[in-house]
Amino acid sequence: MSEKSAKKAPYIVPIGPTHPALKEPVMFNFEMEGEVIKDVDFAPGQTHRGIEWMGMRRNPIQIVHLTDRICGICGVSHTFAFARAVEQIAGIEVPERGDYIRTILAEFERIQSHLLWAGVAAHELGFDSLLHLTWRVREQSMDVIENLTGNRVNYGIVQVGGVRRDIVPEQHKIIEDCLSTYEGLLSKLVTLFLEDRSIHMRCRDTGVLSKEDALGLCTVGPTARASGVNVDLRQDYPYAAYGDLDITAILPDQHMGETRGDVYDRIVVRLLEVGQSCGIIRQCLDQMPSGPVTAEAKLAKLLAICKKAQGEAIGRVEAPRGECFHYVRMDGKEAPANWKVKASSYSNLMSWIPMLRGEQIADIPIIVASIDPCLSCTDRVAVIRGRSRSVLTKEDLHRLSVEKTRRIQS
Amino acid sequence: MKPTKAFNRSLWAFHMNSGSCNGCEIEIVAAITPRYDPERFGIKLVGSPKHADLLLVTGPVVGKMKDRLVRVYEQMPDPKVVMCVGTCGISGGVFYDSYNLAGPVDQVVPVDVYVVGCPPRPEAIIHGVVTALAKLERIEGGEH
Ligand code: SF4
Repeated sequence: MSEKSAKKAPYIVPIGPTHPALKEPVMFNFEMEGEVIKDVDFAPGQTHRGIEWMGMRRNPIQIVHLTDRICGICGVSHTFAFARAVEQIAGIEVPERGDYIRTILAEFERIQSHLLWAGVAAHELGFDSLLHLTWRVREQSMDVIENLTGNRVNYGIVQVGGVRRDIVPEQHKIIEDCLSTYEGLLSKLVTLFLEDRSIHMRCRDTGVLSKEDALGLCTVGPTARASGVNVDLRQDYPYAAYGDLDITAILPDQHMGETRGDVYDRIVVRLLEVGQSCGIIRQCLDQMPSGPVTAEAKLAKLLAICKKAQGEAIGRVEAPRGECFHYVRMDGKEAPANWKVKASSYSNLMSWIPMLRGEQIADIPIIVASIDPCLSCTDRVAVIRGRSRSVLTKEDLHRLSVEKTRRIQS
Repeated sequence: MKPTKAFNRSLWAFHMNSGSCNGCEIEIVAAITPRYDPERFGIKLVGSPKHADLLLVTGPVVGKMKDRLVRVYEQMPDPKVVMCVGTCGISGGVFYDSYNLAGPVDQVVPVDVYVVGCPPRPEAIIHGVVTALAKLERIEGGEH
C-alpha cells in the first residue's frame, strides 16, 4: 500500500475482497481526496477455481455441468456458448425446436437476472421496500424456470446438441401467466424506478461512462448500450432462434430521448429489456416448430461424436450482462485440447475506472453495482489516513450511501 | 421447533463466499425475501461477522480465501455455529479436482450443519438455519 502520507496527499481506501452479498470477491484500492475518488484500481480473481483447467480433463458432456456453475446467474448462457462451440466443431446440427427452447430459457434467465439486479440496485440506494418488491416478483420467473428445467438455479438443461427437456403444451399456460404478470407489472416498476425523486437524484449523472470510453474499453451488454453503443449479439450476429425473431437493441434514447451513460440509463436499459424478453418469449411460443429437441438423445452416442471431433470454434451468446464468449479446440480426444472462457462481466470491469473517478465515496456501492457484476463487494474497508487506520465495514459503506440519499432528499 | 429457555435472542447470520459459483448466494438471498421472509423471526443477514451467531459458508474454499475464512470465523463471538451451504463446500462438488482448492469447508473451519444441493432450495436453507438454531440453543444451554 503506498504510504503517501504527506500533508494533502490522497489516502488509500482498500475495499474487499470478502463481501457478504452475491458474486466474486474483488479487491478495490481507492485513492481518495476528501470524499472524492481520485483514482481506483482493482484486483479480480479472488475466487479462481481453475474451471478451464478442470474442463480440459473432462469430456464435453460432463463439462456442460461445469459451465452451468461458472456463474449461478448465467447458467444458460455459459453452457449455451460452450455447446455452440462444440456443436460447430463436431458438425452437430441442433434441431429447430431445441434452438427455440434454448432461446426461451435464455430470455427467462435475462428476466430473472435483470430483476435481481434491479433489487440489488434499490438496496444500494437504501430503498429496501423496492428490493423486496422486485425480489418477490422475481420468484414467479424462478417458478417458471423450475417448471421448465427442474431446477431454480444451475438448470442443467442445455446439452451439446440441444436441450434435455421439451416444453409440453400444458406448460404454455404458466409461461403465459408469468409473461402477462410481468407485462402488467413493468409499467409499475418503470414508474417506481424512473420517476422516484431520490433514485433520480442519486443516479442521474452519477457514474458516467462516455460512449468513447465504452467503445475503448470494449464494454458489452447493457453497460455498453446504456452509453449509447448499439451492440447486441442477438441483433448483430443472431444465433439459435434469434434470426427468426424481431429484435433491436434497447438504447436509452428510445425511452428518455437522450443518452447520458449514467447509472440511471443503465436502469432504463435493463428494465426495458425485461419487457423485450417477454416479447421474445411470446414470439418463440407462437412460432415454435414441432420436432425433436436434441440432435442426439443418447449420451454415449453423443460422446462418440464429440470424441471424433477435430478443430476449433467459438461460441458467443448475449448473456444478461453482455457477450459471453467460449473458445474450444478439440483434437480427437475425449477432453477439449483448449478451452477459454471470457465472461461478460470480465469485459465490463474496466469501465469501473472512468465511472468511479471523480465520484464520492457514498456513490461507490451503486456505481459498482451498476454494471451488474452481481455484487457489492464491500465487506471490509480500511481507511488509511497517514498512519492511523480506521476500518469501515460493508455496513458502513451502505450506511454512507443511505445517508446520502436522505441528505439530498431533505 | 419449540424455543427453549436458552432462546434469548434472534439469530443473525453472516454470509461468506469462499469461491462459490454464486448459485448458493442467490438462493440465500432469495430465502430472505418476502416469499419466505425469515426476518419475521428475527433471522437476518448482517454485514459483519462480529455481529453474527451463524456463519453461512458457500463455495469450495479456493486458495486465496482460506485465510480469510479462518479470520472471519475467528472474529465471530462465541457461541457460534457454522453452516456449510451447497455441495461444493461439502465435498468440492463439480470442482473436486481443481488445483486451487484448500477446502472443503470442514477442513478449514469446524462445520455444524451441512445443507446439500447444488444449490439447495431456499426451503432447505431455512431448514438448515432452524437446525443451526437448535444447535446454538443446545450450546447455550450447556450441552454439546
Ligand atoms: S453448491 Fe453448486 S450452486 Fe452452490 S456454490 Fe457450489 S457449485 Fe454453486
